[in-house]
Order: sequence, then structure tokens, then C-alpha cells
Amino acid sequence: MTVKTITTGELAKKVVNHEETLILDVRNTDEFDDWKIEGGKVKVFNEPYFNLLDGIESVERDLQKDQEVIVVCAKGGSSQMVGELLEEAGYSDVYSLEGGMKAWSEHLEPTKVADLNGGGSLYQFVRLGKGCLSYFIESDGEAAVIDANRMTEIYETFAKEKGVNIKHLIDTHLHADHISGGRQLAENAKGTYYLPPKDATDVTFDHTALQEGRDIVVGNTRVKVQPIYSPGHTLGSTSLIIDDQYLLTGDILFIESIGRPDLAGKAEDWVGDLRETLYKRYKELSNDLVVLPAHYSFAKELGKGGKVSARLGDLYQKNSGLQVDDEGEFRKMVTDNLPPQPNAYDKIRHTNMGKVNPDEEERREMEIGPNRCAVHG
Amino acid sequence: MEAVKTLDATGLACPMPIVKIKKAIQELSSGDVLEIHATDQGAKSDLAAWAKSGGHELLKDTEEDGVLKFWIQKG
Repeated sequence: MTVKTITTGELAKKVVNHEETLILDVRNTDEFDDWKIEGGKVKVFNEPYFNLLDGIESVERDLQKDQEVIVVCAKGGSSQMVGELLEEAGYSDVYSLEGGMKAWSEHLEPTKVADLNGGGSLYQFVRLGKGCLSYFIESDGEAAVIDANRMTEIYETFAKEKGVNIKHLIDTHLHADHISGGRQLAENAKGTYYLPPKDATDVTFDHTALQEGRDIVVGNTRVKVQPIYSPGHTLGSTSLIIDDQYLLTGDILFIESIGRPDLAGKAEDWVGDLRETLYKRYKELSNDLVVLPAHYSFAKELGKGGKVSARLGDLYQKNSGLQVDDEGEFRKMVTDNLPPQPNAYDKIRHTNMGKVNPDEEERREMEIGPNRCAVHG
Repeated sequence: MEAVKTLDATGLACPMPIVKIKKAIQELSSGDVLEIHATDQGAKSDLAAWAKSGGHELLKDTEEDGVLKFWIQKG
């Protein structure tokens, strides 16, 4: 008996469309507690596969025989086996997630943010398995990709479908939670890879400086990408204003939280920069800018169609990280609330600098797990 | 710590290492040690979690040239 399978793309659609989705995660409980599928109307429960080998009694109370259930494991092998056990026990609507959490970590779901005034469109690519957000601007036959993930062929296929050529690759900062696809995409497309100079001091490959005052134009001369120096997550962190309407905040400001200052240096050293960016520089910008961050942390941040965004002025009312008037209190909040660091973050940084060059399989393993780039006040 | 049996689970992907280990340990007596060789990285945390839930003790684990070795004492 072979269990039906569901692809990561099919599951992603269910999540962003807020369909009722029941997931049985059969990885061991430590891994489940660390990182799991969330979002939309997902209900997920855990029972390690090795507890089900002698019988499935322990999950029977959580499952109706005719209820749809998606079984998930690390790579897709154990979920297949558990799926078979469930079918043998009379469950009729069982699916196994193809490729497991490893594949889930790599799925990107594109969602259109807006048509741009200057002509062209802005898309957000939501990496549901990791909470990473990257952006694709297309205008007049050209495209820019911002904070690209490692899975470069997804952007390349998308560009082909839209009939545009990727020209500009921009990273708002040197990433510590995921391997950047910017360099590879630039190589493949003979495009330009932009990095903030202060994050690129140890970078071993050719790139162009992403600097305030040097705007980047995508295709049509009216679609402008304007860098704003905004340190605090890293020393170089640079935000981008797109088409005078959208503020790409990188890992500085999220919808429900703010960036963490400790992944490339010391929290105490950089918390002042973070404060300056969030409480001064961003305040000087228009309240009507739409914030588009490089991450989200909570399933509830996923809006319609999976989109993650908010008006800057609204964040100054609602985001708890922006409500701390006292600087000392802010420092304490940030340094006391640092979450565990992301998996392999130091090696990921060195990979993004070009200093080490792990093989494809190792790159995949390095990125497994949640991103943890935020501080929650 | 002398193993009474060695199980070769190299080349096997999840869930097979644990399925085989479970079967092998059923044939041993309480206190006996089973030595396991595996190559699936996922086996590490799964084995530790499985041993704990089954009342067995993971005595030692090593990794050399991509081969993971474990010694488990039956509880």
C-alpha cells in the first residue's frame, strides 16, 4: 500500500489560503519543539515515529478515521511509513509530505505586493518553513532580487515566466540565518551584486557597494531603489525605499518585533545603532511607507495570500519594540531577550563572505531550523 | 562495555535504522549492550530520544569519517 503524497507547494497553498490543515509531525520531540509547520489554520501535533512502530493507539484520540491528515517527518521516509500504518488501521485520507521538513524549509511562495507607480510590480517570496522574506521587483524587462535565498532556480524560473532579465541582486546585510543566493544569481545572470560596504569588509568576491545616495534603477527609469543606511542588526544594514512607497527593512524592523544586534558582533556594541535607526532615522521617513521586512516570526504575521507587511506609522503605534522611550530600558529589553542563535549561523556568515564553500548537501543541512533573527520585547 | 551484538545500519535512511535497532534490542537481555553503525545524521537525535522513551541507555556515541557509532544498553 502506498500512501498519497502532498508536495510542499500544495501544502504552502493550504497554509496561505487559511484552509483547515491537520498535521501529524513524527520527528522526535526536541526537533518538533525547535521548529515546526505553522501559519494559517494549521493544527499540528507531535508523536515520534518510533513510538508508533508497535501500534498507533497514542494518536487515535487526536484523529478521526475519515479526517484528512498530513504526516510530516525530517525527510519524508518516516512519514511514509507512519502513513502506511495509519492506512492499515483504517484511516482513509492520509498524506505524507514529500521531502519532509527539509523540503519544506526550501519552499518559496511568491505573492504579489503591488503594481508600482513607475510601471512594473513588486513580489514578496515567503519562505514558510523558515520565515525568510525576499523580494522581486520587475519593471520594463528587468528585475532586481533583494535578500535572495539559496534556492536560486526559483527566482530564475519566475523571471523567465515574467519574461524579464535579472540585473540587480541586493542584500540588505550579510545574512547569518540563511545562505544568500545573491552572488550565485549575479554570476548566472552576469548581473550586479550589491552589499553594504560595512558588512562586506571580509568578503572575498567582487561586488558593488550598496550606499545611501546611490540609487539603483530597475528597468524603467521611474522605478527607484533608494538605500537608507540603517545599522543595528549588523554594522552595514541598509534599508531600501522602493518606488517612494515601500520600505524594505531587512532584519532591522519586523511586523511584531525588532532585529537582534548580536549575530555578527556584540549586542552591547550595536544596540545603540539599533536604537538610533528605529527611534530616529526611521521616524524621519514618511509614516505612509509600507514596511516589508526580511523575516517574520509568528504565523499570525502572515496576511492575505501569505503577504507580510504593515504601514510604518502603524508599527510606531503597535510594535512593542518601538514603544520603549527610555534608552536604558531599551538596551535591557534587547540584551535580555536574545533568543538562541540560529543553526550554524557563524558558518553561514562565512559562506556568505565566500570564505568557506560547503557542498550543496551541507548547505541544505546548515539552514535547517528556524531563523531567529528577532528580539521580542 | 562490551557489545554482545553489532548492528550495521550504514546506508539506511530514516526510519530504517530505528526499526532495525528496535528489532535487534528485542532479542537481547536486559543489561546487554548493542553496538550500532549508521550513516544517517538524523539517527543521532532520534536514537537518543528513542532510547530514552524505551528506558534504554545510550552509553556512548562517536563519529568518524561519516560513520556514526552508538552503544546502547538495554533497559
